[in-house]
Amino acid sequence: MPWDPGKDVIEVVRGPRPGAAGGTYRAFGETLRGLKTTFARMIEGPHTIQYPEQKVPVYPRFRGRHKLHRFDSSDPAHPGLEKCVGCSLCAAACPADCIRVVAAENTPENRVSAGERYAVVYEINLSRCIFCGYCEIACPFDAITMGHDYELSDYNRSDLIFTKEMLLAEPVERTPLRNEGE
Amino acid sequence: MILADVAYYEAWWIQVIKAIVIFAVALQLVPVILIAERKLLGRFQGRYGPNRVGPYGALQPLADILKLLTKEQSRPSTSIGFLFAVAPMISILTAVAAFAIIPFGDVQNIFGTPVGLYGIDVSIGPLYLFAFGAVAFYGIMLGGWSSGSKYSFLGAMRGAAQLISYEVSQGLALVGVIFTAGTLSLTGIVHAQAGMWYVVPQFFGFIIFLVAGFAETNRAPFDLTEADAELVGGYNTEFGGGRFASYFFAEYLNVLVVSGIVTTVFLGGWMMPFGIHPPGWVDPFVVLFKMALLSFFFIWVRATLPRLRYDQLMSFGWKILLPLATLNTLVTAILVTVTH
Repeated sequence: MPWDPGKDVIEVVRGPRPGAAGGTYRAFGETLRGLKTTFARMIEGPHTIQYPEQKVPVYPRFRGRHKLHRFDSSDPAHPGLEKCVGCSLCAAACPADCIRVVAAENTPENRVSAGERYAVVYEINLSRCIFCGYCEIACPFDAITMGHDYELSDYNRSDLIFTKEMLLAEPVERTPLRNEGE
Repeated sequence: MILADVAYYEAWWIQVIKAIVIFAVALQLVPVILIAERKLLGRFQGRYGPNRVGPYGALQPLADILKLLTKEQSRPSTSIGFLFAVAPMISILTAVAAFAIIPFGDVQNIFGTPVGLYGIDVSIGPLYLFAFGAVAFYGIMLGGWSSGSKYSFLGAMRGAAQLISYEVSQGLALVGVIFTAGTLSLTGIVHAQAGMWYVVPQFFGFIIFLVAGFAETNRAPFDLTEADAELVGGYNTEFGGGRFASYFFAEYLNVLVVSGIVTTVFLGGWMMPFGIHPPGWVDPFVVLFKMALLSFFFIWVRATLPRLRYDQLMSFGWKILLPLATLNTLVTAILVTVTH
């Protein structure tokens, strides 16, 4: 005698038995429905973005390649000087340990930054960087910020170690920026 | 010397020229359907498809073929060398041979010489087709078996079972048309459709032939021979370079052949609808247009339907398609006997 699950058990709804003539008829109808669906997708047109020619704009807070900053040349207190004072707080905050800072004293003849010291060497190994943005948060002078560039592939690993000159240089804006409300 | 049985005299050199022209046309059509398939599959899936090589990716098949032909011809050590080399050739040979009987137009007067716009108008049209269809299966079977690989062998076995099961239904689907037309000649069948295309009175035959045609060409959803999810590549797993290109070529040519046969037998061949009678040189373009529509349908179905399971394939072929085809033949036979 088959087991009776009782009245409280939810009734199992079984679909129509497959394989019979009715099943074939239904399969034919479903095939036509499928054909209609795919045809509608074709009429709709492609949804892909042709990457090197078209780019998805990034948000203003997007964390791309780093930038180092200088004071404005019209700044009255320290015109054109580097903001980085070589404190190495960014290197300390970096979880990937990809920032290397070597500091030196500013002298009256050679004044590079606004503070007492400046960074002689400032290197970011972008093949190690995880783009977390902790360096930006750690920096007390806003000398380092995250830019918008994400096209960072290169033919050589050593080319991905960005020096201070490269980070200070005016970045090539290759990535469109998303505007407010876009 | 007469090479083929035709109702009028056709010099042997005309037939040689026709053979060359048909091969050349077939060779040009395959890259077209290749790029069309990739582009259309892309569109069906909401993407563009190849668009890097040449304008709108039009040169993609050229790049594909060049890549395949310049590749190394490798062969597994367990394979049977002679058969391994011959099998793709059988596939391509039968595909081109089947292409020869598709009529692209009626007998035309070209510079005062009557020339039929078809390779040969054999008096046993469909039988010729099925004969070469049966030989084509050796291409797959020998290719899979001689590779000396389990996956190839499994694919080939599936292919054999599938081709045998569906060839019966395909043949029976055509029998209805032959009853109605009263001739086996493909040009004769087209002429018999002057009043009404056979797709209307033989609608079930049309559907059955088309479905069986999908199975015959090993196209989705019946592409179990090369079920890439389970059999790596099926019968052509071990093939590379030019030999793989041959199989590829044969597959697409088979799509064109089935499209051509359906056009001829069910869609009125070179006839235009609504009683339009264009000059003779338009005929091949009418046939090519209808073939293109059917090829589009092949691609459309490939973009839509998932692959059948093996037992589903078998039960569909033997339990549904074959009885339907038999019933169709029976009803047609009764109707033809009653009305004549």
